[in-house]
Amino acid sequence: MIDQPREINIQLMGKDYKVSSGLTIIAAIEYAGYKLVRGAGCRAGFCGACPTLYRRAGSHKLYTALACQTLAEDGMCLVQVPFVPVVRRPYDIEEVAPSANIILQYYPEVAACVSCNTCTRACPQGISVMDYIQTALRGDIEQTALLSFDCISCGICSSRCPADIKHYPVGQLARRIYSKYLLPRSSQLADRLDEMETEQCEVEVETMMHLSTEELRARYEQRSFETVAGRDQKHSAIQKWGTAVDPVDYRDEVEEVAY
Amino acid sequence: MHIDYYPGCTIKASAGQYETSVRAVLATLGIQMKEMEQWNCCGVVHSLASDNLIRHIAPIRVFARLQEQGGSEMLTLCDMCYNTLSQANHLVRQNARQRESINDFIEAEEDYDGEIHVLHLLQILRDRVGYQTIKKHVRRALQGLTVFPYYGCKLLRPGGMGIDDPEAPRVLRDLMHTLGAAVADDPLQTQCCGSYHIVNHDEIVSRRVGKIAARALERGADVIVLSCPLCHFNLDTRQALVDSPLPVLYFTQLMGVAFGLDLDVLGLNQHHIDPLMLLQQRGFVQEEEALV
Ligand code: SF4
Ligand code: SF4
Ligand code: FES
Repeated sequence: MIDQPREINIQLMGKDYKVSSGLTIIAAIEYAGYKLVRGAGCRAGFCGACPTLYRRAGSHKLYTALACQTLAEDGMCLVQVPFVPVVRRPYDIEEVAPSANIILQYYPEVAACVSCNTCTRACPQGISVMDYIQTALRGDIEQTALLSFDCISCGICSSRCPADIKHYPVGQLARRIYSKYLLPRSSQLADRLDEMETEQCEVEVETMMHLSTEELRARYEQRSFETVAGRDQKHSAIQKWGTAVDPVDYRDEVEEVAY
Repeated sequence: MHIDYYPGCTIKASAGQYETSVRAVLATLGIQMKEMEQWNCCGVVHSLASDNLIRHIAPIRVFARLQEQGGSEMLTLCDMCYNTLSQANHLVRQNARQRESINDFIEAEEDYDGEIHVLHLLQILRDRVGYQTIKKHVRRALQGLTVFPYYGCKLLRPGGMGIDDPEAPRVLRDLMHTLGAAVADDPLQTQCCGSYHIVNHDEIVSRRVGKIAARALERGADVIVLSCPLCHFNLDTRQALVDSPLPVLYFTQLMGVAFGLDLDVLGLNQHHIDPLMLLQQRGFVQEEEALV
């Protein structure tokens, strides 16, 4: 913080502004006096409403980012892209049973992918977008669902693709088919739902209300994981730290509880 | 021994029986296939435009990825993939400037240096394993079966790029002889099946497939064997105009039958034209085995 100048120069849609340093792009735009009616939403990196297209001082390249997650830099020239018109083809989830060409039936344009990797480079979520388009192309629904899991539908990838592919609905369709038809069912979840129906779990909630932080923490650490019939491995999002399946590392939260 | 394996999309999407039969046959011969960790489509068709390099990004990225994964040789099963990969490889080996442009665009950790070798499965069997070794594994010689090898174009053309003589290929014939089968030859073996015209001009494909199958029948063939999933799709689904359609098998399925391998890995029940009846009648497959 010490070395940082107090103010930086940025260009918004070609016009020069001086803004306070250390601001996110969204905050810098507002600091400059604009009111964002579109191009901003959750401000926490989840909604995908705030794509920014920018160039850095001294570089000819166009970069992309989420405005709420990226700091404004001195010399940036930027514009908000509040919306990318992406094609979505309606389907009835009951009628899209998994098959090798089900995704191609709805989004045949994925076959035009030239493997240029532009989409991956553009994705603010660090997703291997090209790889999920490629797995969709070869009918691998599970991999498409897992690889695209962190997608927040910002549409940046689709604004840059030379083959004019519209990516996120492809990932969405794969994830929906995957969770409806392919994801193993958890018997624990079914039991739990039963317990809720019979109001059995209210007793447990009542007990937990009176536990100390240490006792709660001990329970959390000793919690059991889902098991899935026919698989030796326990299947749980929480077990797969740092993978596409688990965007949230619950361990941090546990630490916070402790202090 | 293991070999790095590039599957390609068609194998995964619609030719599972080819892949499982290859795995089983190669395992019998002591070769393990190691599928590349991440791979993309090969590009499908080699672009002949000299100034449209974007069409070569896909195949070159496949090589760059294998190089990054520490590989030096790549096995393919699909004739289309083999052709596209080989031609793109040839292009960047011959043309340093184009290679540089493609590498600059790909921006991988390492530039692709043009050193990866692409091998079609038939080359491995002919040149590395050898017919003598294959013969040693034959448990049920295919005596009395007449096979029509179909090569199509992608395996053989353009000359110099193909794996065999483009006018008089013999690799499938020799392989089938090794299994004990008789072979029916004909010039139509190297005629294109119509390829991707199946997508919007399927009448072209039906006409060509009709001619090829009729000729095979005339020559006394019982089955057609081939190595390309697209040719397979065309020949297996477009024989509607033919009076008595011939079963169309991947050559490794017949190798599996001759080796006496489990029928469930050979996928003989995954064809439009059922080959099981014929194989059963000729005594190569027992009735109870065929119930898989
Ligand atoms: S995959 Fe595309 S739509 Fe999804 S987060 Fe990445 S850039 Fe945005
Ligand atoms: S940007 Fe488009 S063409 Fe390029 S890799 Fe991504 S999906 Fe394929
Ligand atoms: S405002 Fe929601 S992701 Fe940036």
